[in-house]
Amino acid sequence: MKIEFSSPLSNVENIIDSLKNKEGSLLPILHAIQKEVGYIAPQAIERIAIKLKQTPAEIHGVISFYHQFRTSPPAKYKIQICRAEACQSRGSRQLEVHAKSFLNIDYHQMTSDKKFSLDSVYCLGNCATGPNIRINDDLYGRISNEKFEQVLSNVDRELK
Amino acid sequence: MTMKIFIPRESTAVSLGAHDVAQAFTHYASHHDIDLKIIRNGSRGLFWLEPMIEIETAQGRMAYGPVASSDVESIMADITDNICHEKPPCHTLALGLTEEIGYLKKQTRLTFARAGIIDPVSLDDYLALDGFKGLQKSLALSTQEIVTAVVESGLRGRGGAAFPTGIKWQTVRDAVAEQKYIVCNADEGDSGTFADKLVMECDPFMLIEGIIIAGLAVGANQGYIYLRSEYPIADEILQQAIKIANEAGYLGDNICGSGKSFNLEVRLGAEAYICGEETALLESLEGKRGMVRFKPPLPALEGLFGKPTIVNNVLSLAAIPFIMSQGSQAYQQYGTNRSRGTLPFQLAGNVKQGGLIELPFGSSLQDLIDDFSGGTASDRPIKAIQVGGPLGAYLPLNKLDIPLDYEAFSQASAVLGHGGIVVFDDSVDMLEQARFSMEFCVVESCGKCTPCRIGSTRGVEVIDRIKNNERRAENMTLLNDLCDTMIDGSLCAMGSMTPIPVRSAYNDFPQDFYLPTQESNHD
Repeated sequence: MKIEFSSPLSNVENIIDSLKNKEGSLLPILHAIQKEVGYIAPQAIERIAIKLKQTPAEIHGVISFYHQFRTSPPAKYKIQICRAEACQSRGSRQLEVHAKSFLNIDYHQMTSDKKFSLDSVYCLGNCATGPNIRINDDLYGRISNEKFEQVLSNVDRELK
Repeated sequence: MTMKIFIPRESTAVSLGAHDVAQAFTHYASHHDIDLKIIRNGSRGLFWLEPMIEIETAQGRMAYGPVASSDVESIMADITDNICHEKPPCHTLALGLTEEIGYLKKQTRLTFARAGIIDPVSLDDYLALDGFKGLQKSLALSTQEIVTAVVESGLRGRGGAAFPTGIKWQTVRDAVAEQKYIVCNADEGDSGTFADKLVMECDPFMLIEGIIIAGLAVGANQGYIYLRSEYPIADEILQQAIKIANEAGYLGDNICGSGKSFNLEVRLGAEAYICGEETALLESLEGKRGMVRFKPPLPALEGLFGKPTIVNNVLSLAAIPFIMSQGSQAYQQYGTNRSRGTLPFQLAGNVKQGGLIELPFGSSLQDLIDDFSGGTASDRPIKAIQVGGPLGAYLPLNKLDIPLDYEAFSQASAVLGHGGIVVFDDSVDMLEQARFSMEFCVVESCGKCTPCRIGSTRGVEVIDRIKNNERRAENMTLLNDLCDTMIDGSLCAMGSMTPIPVRSAYNDFPQDFYLPTQESNHD
């Protein structure tokens, strides 16, 4: 088993050691690992379980409860489209359709080059200037179909 | 003389290009040898004008918006040609004096008095505008005196449940325990709401001050802000503000030299709507799945790690510094009936002028729409307005005269909640909205109660059958029964309130469910 991406397993050990004495430390640990590695690999789950004196099943139960945590490598850019009511009232249902056909993927999938993944999200708190999308941690407002393509091509350019 | 320009670092402004605009101003100034200071302030909450920039003048701040980086050159020309010579600006994006903008002038800003005015992480700015006065006064009071002041202010939980804040504080104060906690619920997940985020991004010290006062009032020395991870800018600003407050002695082991201690930490959620429910939130803070708990025991008695805990919404805690510095009466004088003080309404969805509107309780929804919205963004007529988030009713045009007051809304089987107002034009299909409410419940239910977990899936199926005209009348009866089951058989608001938007959709918009309307009933 290997944790690829950017860091060796020792970083995961360090993260767990630095956070495990906090009250209710599991979510901070999961966030820190996912931020560092991109996902929480089965081996990381085992290490967390040992160090927190819990079982891997318990850790898995927590990971699987939250939409944000993942156990496999993510796409380089995670696109989330807000499909909550305020964005719907400003055209997000049409944007969803366009985004899926533009990227040629459905929700919860990633493009074959692993550049983009597409997910839904229920409210990004930008409800007066929707439709909204988020790419990794960056929020974009007033997203028309054209602007969606433009934002993606800007991001894509940065990638190259 | 140094020219001062304010450009928000708040997330809506940033989502519309505020960072690029700031960079363009810096670039312009360095190429034209202008002594320019850019202050990254919060937002005034006039979102249709974002990114809105302001320039400081002898008369007050002058605003321009919405500004794109391509406008910077012409705006700088307007500033140097006109404003610098005390002539009125003539740029097409010029808005005049910010304080004179009608949308702001018509509001009663108590909680949002400093939003957009100050640099959110400048302690000096905060102190210059009454910051930490409420804390200083509270330090001179007994714990009971603080709790009594909050009771007398009439403040009720701004998260949506509207439980009297002072009563909750009294319960925690009176509980006997070595360890107590203050938990700030910043898991603002309701569609159409952003007031919590604005507090955290525009005036974080106010929230920190409110939390410290809560700690003093009940004898808690540890606080957590449970922040949704969808708000990374709020996280960054809160972390900066907490660090500054620690260094300046407002947090830590000896608050303002009083010998009292309070520590505060931000904890991130992980994209689970249900964690906005207070007991699910506590489970999540403890490092578990965000499953709703049975009540009793109340969190006030057995909350975080089983200890007495105040769980308050951001807006409730943000109201505390005003109440403690100006007095209960100053807050209590606003409002109507049992809804006292102000509520920061959030006008969103299909409107021209969306934003933050802080008003005393009591005016009607119709007035708010007329005074602030500027009409729909699409220029089509309004068909429905959803108030109070995804678990709130869709109101038809003939119900817009309801006063904005907790009791008046619940009498109308509607929800005022956190004050989110989402406007839909006549292109909306209410059957699809009802289906979406059920779908949302499928995705976000914690799964503890069967009526919520399975009922919502059944709800989607039944609505699809109604849509496809499969035994429509029988399925309508089934849908109505299902709503009853969810209401009666769910522990928390997720399952028991999902039927509210669903029922309002078919009761008030029967035509979208292919049902006879009231008029045709008389035929």
